[in-house]
Amino acid sequence: MSAGAAEIVIRVEGLVTRLGGQVLHDHIDLDVRRGEVLGVVGGSGAGKSVLLRTIVGLARPQAGRIEVLGQDMTRLAGDALRLLQARWGVLFQDGALFSGQTVAQNIQVPLREHTDLPQRLMDEIAAVKLGLVGLPQDAAQKYPSELSGGMRKRAGLARALALDPEILFLDEPTAGLDPISANQFDELVRDLQQSLKLTAFMVTHDLDTLRATTDRIAVLVDRTLHVGTMAELVHDPHPWIHEYFAGVRARAVPDS
Amino acid sequence: MAISITQPRPDTAAWFDTRREGGSIRVSLHGNWVLAEARRLDLALRTVSTEGCREVVIDYGALGRLDTTGAWLLLRTRRALEGQHLSVTVANVPEALRPLVETIEHECQGAPVEIRPPDNLTLFLERIGRNVVEMGRWGLDLLEFFGRVAYDAVATILRPRRLRVAALVHQIEETGLNALPILGLLSFLIGVVFAFQGADQLRRFGAEVFTVNLLAVSILREIGGLMAAIIVAGRSGSAFTAQIGTMKVNEEIDALETLGMNTVEVLVLPRVVGLVVALPLLTFYANVMGLTGGAIMSYFDLGITIPAFLRQLQGALSDWTFWVGIIKAPVFAFIIALVGCFEGLRVERNAGSVGRMTTQSVVASIFLVIIADAMFSVMFDLLDI
Repeated sequence: MSAGAAEIVIRVEGLVTRLGGQVLHDHIDLDVRRGEVLGVVGGSGAGKSVLLRTIVGLARPQAGRIEVLGQDMTRLAGDALRLLQARWGVLFQDGALFSGQTVAQNIQVPLREHTDLPQRLMDEIAAVKLGLVGLPQDAAQKYPSELSGGMRKRAGLARALALDPEILFLDEPTAGLDPISANQFDELVRDLQQSLKLTAFMVTHDLDTLRATTDRIAVLVDRTLHVGTMAELVHDPHPWIHEYFAGVRARAVPDS
Repeated sequence: MAISITQPRPDTAAWFDTRREGGSIRVSLHGNWVLAEARRLDLALRTVSTEGCREVVIDYGALGRLDTTGAWLLLRTRRALEGQHLSVTVANVPEALRPLVETIEHECQGAPVEIRPPDNLTLFLERIGRNVVEMGRWGLDLLEFFGRVAYDAVATILRPRRLRVAALVHQIEETGLNALPILGLLSFLIGVVFAFQGADQLRRFGAEVFTVNLLAVSILREIGGLMAAIIVAGRSGSAFTAQIGTMKVNEEIDALETLGMNTVEVLVLPRVVGLVVALPLLTFYANVMGLTGGAIMSYFDLGITIPAFLRQLQGALSDWTFWVGIIKAPVFAFIIALVGCFEGLRVERNAGSVGRMTTQSVVASIFLVIIADAMFSVMFDLLDI
């Protein structure tokens, strides 16, 4: 997926975050290239989700610089921020669908906010997105409480894709799904990423997801990041990383 | 002959032109077919004229960027043309765009579901009907819950060791003790207002001193108890609903049930019993504060000294005046706590539910308290007290 030029779409430099007196990230650097899927792993409480939330501007870092699509996130405000927000989509852990609205209305929320399309075209677009994420068309009229966990995630993904974003942030997309649904979700993310030319930033716990979808992996241990492909990280001497990928080494990576 | 359908704009614009060659039309796409352009393209594509043609060629050759919306618009147009029995061919799809075009084509097989809201009158009638049925069901459910609480209460009384004393004391503190400042202030002010208004009216008949009788009867019989009940419904009834509702959302209630614990016994009884203990005390306190406010206002407005106020007060009270107010308090408390817990347990697993049920809990408990108050009035009237 490297496709020649390595344009950087997300650049994190010297990021420091503290949460409740505890340092989560200690001067970490990270580059995400256009068109790649980057997986972020780490132990529970290591600050993976906080990293995602910091990049999209939901949490403020104590120090450091975050650039998304060439713009400095820490200084952006108002309309410039809104324009940037229209260029990414975020899938939260349980979909974070607005519970008072149907799935179709959920998908149309970003469309209503950022465009002035006629209702009929928005309905069509909602139907297209439902098709893209593999939901049946009759899901459009359902409320989030009527959907299963996996369907909620797909609906959340459809909403994240509503504006055809350049970057997709995924927070534990397969957590809480059965292995078959998780596999399907991995394939879906990979397919969409390829056909829509997305860059994806994915926080996950799931080794299978990492193997199936990511190009590179960033491991968050001891408040720093170790970045590399899975084949590289398997040989990382850090004990946590070693243990984490031990299973992979045993069964999957052919050249280890 | 080339007809430009949409005005080309320099940078991001998307447009297409159509060219007729005998029986066939060639539609050439230009620019970036993205969401931002969709509004114009949507209209323009609907007006493509294909009169007298048998064949349409859609040429992707000069296309810049394409996103899902653009791809959908093209697919929709193609399907519409095919529906008019034209043969449609797609030409020169750039290699980079092929996966997207194919994905959209593959995933959007069926026509999108028509999303048509029903008309307003039907919706309005439906809502009335639904609300009536729901209200009836609500009443029945509340009655059933009342039965369950009563049953478990009796079971607990028979085995008093099962009563959760720590939870009970906590509830009394939370609903009773912590309500004292706000209830005291409001009752005091109500006493002041009543004294002021009463004095104003009675002065015209030279009967200022009966302001004290007015205060005594209205505060002790009605206002003190109602004030306490309404404040407790707003403070504690809503809190019961929100607490239990949040536990329901978090599946904590389910966890309790699976641990073999009785929800009513663990969550509802301490709240009900706690409030039944606390509200009579609060009512007494509200009475005292209301009369204090009245006494102070009487002193400043009418010059009735405190000893004179107390003497007049004693004369104004019958044996029952004070008890009429206090007797009602446990009943009010029971209604408020019961409705609060009941609404909490009805919370569903979505974000709006807790808020809706909390509102409903306060409205319903105040409504029922006032109904009960009216029934007490009738009863006391029949008993001549």
